[in-house]
Amino acid sequence: MPATTEAGVFDESGLLAKARDGDAAAFNELVNRYSRKIYRLAKHITQNDTDAEDVLQETFMKSYEHLGDFQGQSKFYTWIVRIAVNESLMKLRKRKSDRTVPLDEPLDTGEDTVVREIAVWDENPEQQYSREEMAKILDESVESLKPSFRTVFVLRDIEELSTEETAQALGISVPAVKSRLLRARLQLREKLTRFFRRKGDDVFAYL
Amino acid sequence: MTSLLTCKEFLQELTDYLDSTVDAELRRKLEAHINECPNCFVILDTTQRTIKVYKGMQAQEIPEEVHIRLMKAVERKIAARKTAAQ
Repeated sequence: MPATTEAGVFDESGLLAKARDGDAAAFNELVNRYSRKIYRLAKHITQNDTDAEDVLQETFMKSYEHLGDFQGQSKFYTWIVRIAVNESLMKLRKRKSDRTVPLDEPLDTGEDTVVREIAVWDENPEQQYSREEMAKILDESVESLKPSFRTVFVLRDIEELSTEETAQALGISVPAVKSRLLRARLQLREKLTRFFRRKGDDVFAYL
Repeated sequence: MTSLLTCKEFLQELTDYLDSTVDAELRRKLEAHINECPNCFVILDTTQRTIKVYKGMQAQEIPEEVHIRLMKAVERKIAARKTAAQ
């Protein structure tokens, strides 16, 4: 999965220093390196092509403007993810102007981690669906999560940020990240089970 | 300390277990639970596979026109800064 390891593989300090000094080619290189991931992230959170494009542009515009402020204590990618997440959440808030998207809900007791569907999955569910069908199932399942769960899941399990980086990007606590991630994962597991369960199995065969 | 965890307790720790951030003692308890509880074993297995299937998802290419507009916007931004600096 080269796309997910890029951030760790290259030492970017040289590239960043050049970009900071006004080297256009160096900044373009950074844009090309991360634009796909930022676009995917924005699309997952905003669920809308136009908003995702706006977020993509805004993210790189703002990162360019504030390049001088970037201290290099975190990875460049983590830094721009934070910008992209903020821009995406602003889009969501704008759309639901009557209802704000809660950023830090109180921790609940986990009562909604109730599991309803328990079934063994098919050995290779990927073989039952075309690539397009598979992508559609995965995308629609993520989209059906509520925004506060979806955002945490996308950052942790798709963009592979650490728990701490996710907490930082969203401005919420580490326990809040963990609690939302657990519920997001369990809810997705249920949704996918409906598609991927082993055919011919009785639901109660494993009780 | 040897008592089995309940399913609810198991579920609460599932994410930390999958992320390997539980200590050895808790790990032992969680593993003892899945050895005894087929339902939780299935939940663990299918949650693990849920995460794996998303991690394996490749970022799709950006539509070409979106990429072109992005690069043009970047170009304008850089040119504007250069003009301002002169």
